[in-house]
Amino acid sequence: MAEKQPEGWPAADAMQLANKVAIVTGGASGIGRAAALLFAREGAAVALADLNAKAGQDVVSEIQDTGGRAFFESIDVSKAADCRSLVEHTLREFGKIDILFNNAGIIRRATILDLSEEDWDRVMAVNVKSMFLLSREVIPHMQKAGGGSIINTSSGWGLTGGAKAAVYCASKGAVVLLTKAMAVDHGPQNIRVNCICPGDTDTGMLRSEAQQLGEANDRFLAEAAKRPLGRVGTPDEIARAALYLAGDASSFVTGAALVVDGGGLAGSV
Amino acid sequence: MRLENKVALITGGTSGIGEAAADLFAREGAKVAITGRNETRGHSVTARILETGGQAIFLRTDVRKAAECKRAVDEAMHSFGRLDILFNNAGVFYPQTALECSEEEWDLQIDINLKGTFLMSKYALHPMIAQGSGVIINNSSGWGLVGGDRAVAYCASKGGVVLLTKAMAVDHGRQGIRVNCICPGDVDTPMLPEDAKLRGLDWKTYLAGCENRPMGRIGTADEIAKAVLFLACDDSSFMTGAALVVDGGGTAD
Repeated sequence: MAEKQPEGWPAADAMQLANKVAIVTGGASGIGRAAALLFAREGAAVALADLNAKAGQDVVSEIQDTGGRAFFESIDVSKAADCRSLVEHTLREFGKIDILFNNAGIIRRATILDLSEEDWDRVMAVNVKSMFLLSREVIPHMQKAGGGSIINTSSGWGLTGGAKAAVYCASKGAVVLLTKAMAVDHGPQNIRVNCICPGDTDTGMLRSEAQQLGEANDRFLAEAAKRPLGRVGTPDEIARAALYLAGDASSFVTGAALVVDGGGLAGSV
Repeated sequence: MRLENKVALITGGTSGIGEAAADLFAREGAKVAITGRNETRGHSVTARILETGGQAIFLRTDVRKAAECKRAVDEAMHSFGRLDILFNNAGVFYPQTALECSEEEWDLQIDINLKGTFLMSKYALHPMIAQGSGVIINNSSGWGLVGGDRAVAYCASKGGVVLLTKAMAVDHGRQGIRVNCICPGDVDTPMLPEDAKLRGLDWKTYLAGCENRPMGRIGTADEIAKAVLFLACDDSSFMTGAALVVDGGGTAD
């Protein structure tokens, strides 16, 4: 830690995640990518998981190029064996796990009438079951270490309904209450479990929604910006909320749903 | 330092969460104006900040009175030249059912906890809008989200703070102003033993009740101050209208 920090990085003693180890799922793009970069910059060693191997490796290179520690594993977070493998790999590489950011997620924009059973199962598997599978592997190690922080990515649409988003809303609502239930179960072991509820954020997922709905990108984004702050969020802004929940600054926060949405849920403008 | 060159105004800054926030904000580089009604305590907080090389002033203020709120904002502006952060933290609590609460006690709790937040924000918004940026953080409570026993006026005031927060977030987002609130659970402040006394409970029994939450302990004032810091600094730049629960899991079940 004594070496000079790259330009723009915080001083070693001001790093919020110094000596921590974090797993970030969905780490190849969007919010997960921003979180992996931010956590590394704040001193954490980062294990990235994603289906997209090429993009995942690029994030690892970016972290390593600036002196950070990271590796990537291409896994399907909805598969128990894959989750186990990721956790074993992380322990081999970094020796412990302090932070689990369950962030992998997908969206299908459809009413239930237009939604196939396969799409229902896939969204629920990636958005919710993955959190169960991976947390189940990680928590015993956090218990032994005396604590840890789990952050789940829910959504503003985990708190209120949205049009043509039935399975996404169902999955993200489940994330909010899975978060609270896990907070109750594992608080006594000093494992904090919280979720973030982002509003529309400038990611590939947002643009894929316009495509799924057959809407022009510009019009869709202009609509998404209609909220008190008058804009969509950046992946880095959501990552900074995850950082707050990951580090010791939130040591008395558990079972919370942190809404990061430019005021979208506060009321109509 | 996360609040370098920022100016913060903190109400109820002479003890508990407000005092911890004043210390933390000063350590993070902010110039701090604190208000309160107890001058001795106020000056001891500012003296400590000044000793460690920070800048701080105490402004004796009753947040129930519009003229005093206006004067607090004016004096903070006069001393430090700008206003970036307002932490509406002043609050009082009496454990009472609707049958036990007198009209005077109702008014006192609503006026300090809720109307004081309105009044301070009303005057602080002017310089913030002129600057094109500002952050307001209101201190609500876990009991602003769920009901508590013998706490009618407090619950009403804190529930009011949550929705006042959201309404102000809607009104002033486009002016570059973010408005959020925190909802602390039981915290190690003077309010807690005072509540135990008013309820006629011995401290050990009372504390055991407070600790009955997933994390198995009460919070520290500094832990709550760190949540306020997160909302005060640019790390929360896409957050407005939010209620940040900091309660060791107390409202999770």
